[in-house]
Amino acid sequence: MKNTGEKIIEGALAFSGLITILTTLGIIWVLVSESFSFFQVVSVSDFITDTEWTPLFTQKHYGILPLLAGTFLTTAIAILTAMPIGISIAVYLSEYAPKNFRKSIKPALEVLAAVPTVVYGFFALTVVTPFLQSIIPGLGSFNALSAGLVMGIMIIPMISSLSEDALHSLPKSLREASYGMGATRFQTAFKVAVPAASSGIIVSIILAIARAIGETMIVAIAAGQQPILTLDPRDAVETITAYIVQVSLGDVPHGSLAYKTIFAAGITLFIFTFILNNISFWIKKKYQEKYD
Amino acid sequence: MKHIEANNVNAYYGENHVLKDISLTMKANTVTAFIGPSGCGKSTFLRCLNRMNDYIDGFRKEGDIFIEGNDIYDKKVRVEELRQKVGMVFQKPNPFPKTIFENVAYGLKIQGIKNKNILEEAVERSLQQAALWNEVKDSLHKSALSLSGGQQQRVCIARALAVEPSTLLMDEPASALDPISTAKIEDLIAELKDNYTIVIVTHNMQQAARVSDKTAFFYMGNLIEYDKTKELFTNPKNERTENYITGRFG
Repeated sequence: MKNTGEKIIEGALAFSGLITILTTLGIIWVLVSESFSFFQVVSVSDFITDTEWTPLFTQKHYGILPLLAGTFLTTAIAILTAMPIGISIAVYLSEYAPKNFRKSIKPALEVLAAVPTVVYGFFALTVVTPFLQSIIPGLGSFNALSAGLVMGIMIIPMISSLSEDALHSLPKSLREASYGMGATRFQTAFKVAVPAASSGIIVSIILAIARAIGETMIVAIAAGQQPILTLDPRDAVETITAYIVQVSLGDVPHGSLAYKTIFAAGITLFIFTFILNNISFWIKKKYQEKYD
Repeated sequence: MKHIEANNVNAYYGENHVLKDISLTMKANTVTAFIGPSGCGKSTFLRCLNRMNDYIDGFRKEGDIFIEGNDIYDKKVRVEELRQKVGMVFQKPNPFPKTIFENVAYGLKIQGIKNKNILEEAVERSLQQAALWNEVKDSLHKSALSLSGGQQQRVCIARALAVEPSTLLMDEPASALDPISTAKIEDLIAELKDNYTIVIVTHNMQQAARVSDKTAFFYMGNLIEYDKTKELFTNPKNERTENYITGRFG
């Protein structure tokens, strides 16, 4: 009797695991099959070499490059903002801050990650952009810079928290060795601790990149909806995610080629985040062997 | 000549009184061993000599410590400079996850020395002093973590020697090593004595007897007995010392 009960519970638990796997497989299936029918009409080489993306216009072009450029640009701005700040915070918390301060400030930082991204988007559009416009003359209401900066603020906690974990998990003896040699706190932090924790820090940055690439709300609200092939942060750009939102919410008929573009765009996005997640997974695995 | 002089040193971790009125002097170019049961204060006292306790929350010290005539707790003393003169080797080998070369050159590099020749010479000299040169001279650019425990500990000794300290503090340097590596470290201590003043904390009484000129026995934060090693081990004045060295407690 007890055995049957155990088996039912085991089955139920396994089933919950199965649901997520099946959902993932389902999503991949939809992405692949819909983009497959897209690529029967549009050749893959056009898709990756054409420099214009105008599936909704009369003069149709299906080049993903402008969307990729928009994604790349906003992500790059975000990472350039978040990386120095995030790592500085991590180094401060793990190498300088008193224990009690660290304990209270870390959860506070993580609250930053709990702000809904739509609020960030709104913040970018109504606060950061007007501020930037006062510094950069002629800056439009929609631009990659503002969206990228705010996205950077959003991912700071991700980098600072994971990097701090990596630094904090280093053995104390490593720092003692450095102090014992007459190193200052600064030298110990940047010549010993940061290099020793570098794989963990790199993982945090890669995950932050994946997060920025997949981020939708902020860029949809503040970066604009113009798929232009540009790397000028002052321009309005459209990211892959923002395009998908635009089409999903618009009046494009289901089943049309224009509709299928979102699956082609989606699978491109998926490939990038999938690769990044795998790299971080691989680094993490390699790194964990080192200090056990 | 007095190399290290401690006068009425008291130390506290918060409320905990861990060193009680310790006074002793050590001569230059000698080996002094600190022995005593766990928690007796020997490591704490050792760490007072290069101020490694400074960063510990709630640590407080009273009394004076002079090394080569300088009050090391004087406000004008830069603790970084002190630690360049008073090197330290730790209980567990703790090389940096860098190459052997980078490990040994670390102390010089953080002093701003970039000249390749100077660094190479210092690395070779230090590794030779640490009796490791012949084993690693062809693999200087391999990770120090790839070495055995005994070799890692000698890298750590070489790293400490590279900045030419006058004093070397060793906190149970062989306790994590096998007997052969331990013997090598002990031989090394005997050789290093010519150029350095060495203070070694050890749990191993035979080791203290083998390597040291003088021995200090600590118990419950007190310095119970401090004498020539031979004298202390063959003819202890204090009953507690006798009980400890004969293995009746601790």
